[in-house]
Amino acid sequence: MKFSYFPGCSLKGLGRAYEESLLPVMAHLGVELEELDDWNCCGATAYMAVDEAKACVLAARNLALAERSGMSQILAPCAACYLVLNKTKHYFHDYPAMQQTIGRALGAVGLSYRGATAVRHPLDVLINDVGLEAVKQKVERPLSGLKVATYYGCQLVRPYATFDDAWNPTTMDRLLVALGATIVPFPLKTKCCGGSLTGTVPKAGIRMVYILHREARKRGADCIATVCPLCQFNLDAYHAAVNSRYGRVVVPTVYFTQLMGLAFGLPENRLGLNRAAVRFAWRPPAPVPASRPVAAPPLAPV
Amino acid sequence: MRMPGCEQLESCIQCGTCSGVCPLSIYMSHTPRQVMALTRGDFKREVLHSHTIWLCASCYACTVECPQGIRITDIMYELKQRAISEGVYPRRFPIPVLAHEFNAMVQKHGRITELQLVIRMFLKTSWVAALANWRLGLDLLRTGRFSLLTERIKRRGDIARMLDAVDGTKGRS
Repeated sequence: MKFSYFPGCSLKGLGRAYEESLLPVMAHLGVELEELDDWNCCGATAYMAVDEAKACVLAARNLALAERSGMSQILAPCAACYLVLNKTKHYFHDYPAMQQTIGRALGAVGLSYRGATAVRHPLDVLINDVGLEAVKQKVERPLSGLKVATYYGCQLVRPYATFDDAWNPTTMDRLLVALGATIVPFPLKTKCCGGSLTGTVPKAGIRMVYILHREARKRGADCIATVCPLCQFNLDAYHAAVNSRYGRVVVPTVYFTQLMGLAFGLPENRLGLNRAAVRFAWRPPAPVPASRPVAAPPLAPV
Repeated sequence: MRMPGCEQLESCIQCGTCSGVCPLSIYMSHTPRQVMALTRGDFKREVLHSHTIWLCASCYACTVECPQGIRITDIMYELKQRAISEGVYPRRFPIPVLAHEFNAMVQKHGRITELQLVIRMFLKTSWVAALANWRLGLDLLRTGRFSLLTERIKRRGDIARMLDAVDGTKGRS
């Protein structure tokens, strides 16, 4: 199983811990990732706000580069990259004018795009390609007793995700249950985290972070698990700002890949856990010494 | 206003679902439902000068909930693009400034370096806001999440050539 890996700007900066945990976890499961050579910024929401055609051309360069390298699938862990790359694919197929514009711009630098490259998210690949049984087999230290609020945010499941539900996504829930964690009911799992508003209009952004924190606390979660670098940043780094406006609420926020790494028994210092402002101190219970053989529970019928 | 996707607005029944699910409508001078009505009624000035369109965080909740299947988020994008191209966006409002700086950085380097982007945004909007965030900045430097080096791609000339080839053409129409 091999993918062209599109990290995006965040995973090289604010979301570094996401890449640090994703790479060893995927390697552990035998998923091969090859970083797309000379990838450029996907344009995110900011470029689309200024010029639609140029935004799509920027994203299309990455799709074309992947196609040229002979890879049929791109793995995009960042929710914004995932959305923009997929949106560009949709526009490419749905609007002949856009297809022409993209073709002309790519042609100016000797690239072309046929529209074949699939854009996938790690959650999609883990559930549908790797499979939960294979994940379960790698669990060395089950996350027993850990209560997690699964937070998907907005752009992963809306509006283009094909692998999960836009209203009540469950892929991360199923994955974390396979690792032994307990999922708390979290009705705000797809509520927006505020995106860049935490920096641009703090009055609005910080309130959105606070609402998520408070709900996760109320539901008894030990941590929030995220799939997006901006969600993780907002929910982690603005604790002090939330505190000064609304009072103290402390909820560590981790990437789902960091929880996978802990459950797989990968070295903790390679999972980027030290990068959070609010440290996630919980660790899986030590494995029971294999002195007496324990009968394996029967597999549930599929 | 004539924009791609706006023919969909004819079917808007003004039910207010978009405003109801929008996590930011409480901060908007015109709610998303009102923006749809104003756009359809060609109240161009009111819509393009408003802060409302910039507050949209592109969470797509309205788009997936709209009973008429109107792609509201994309219409918000169209309105932002129009406000920029007509030069009527609020000049010191951080959101369009951030978008502008973001694009300039992508065009120059092909990638974003977050620390530099944030500094540029604060320089052009409010020093006070930058000072209020000093602790956060230190925290991010301490945990190695702010890159001090500029992120850039190898074939930066390609970005300029591609975007030049687009200049003047509209995307979907």
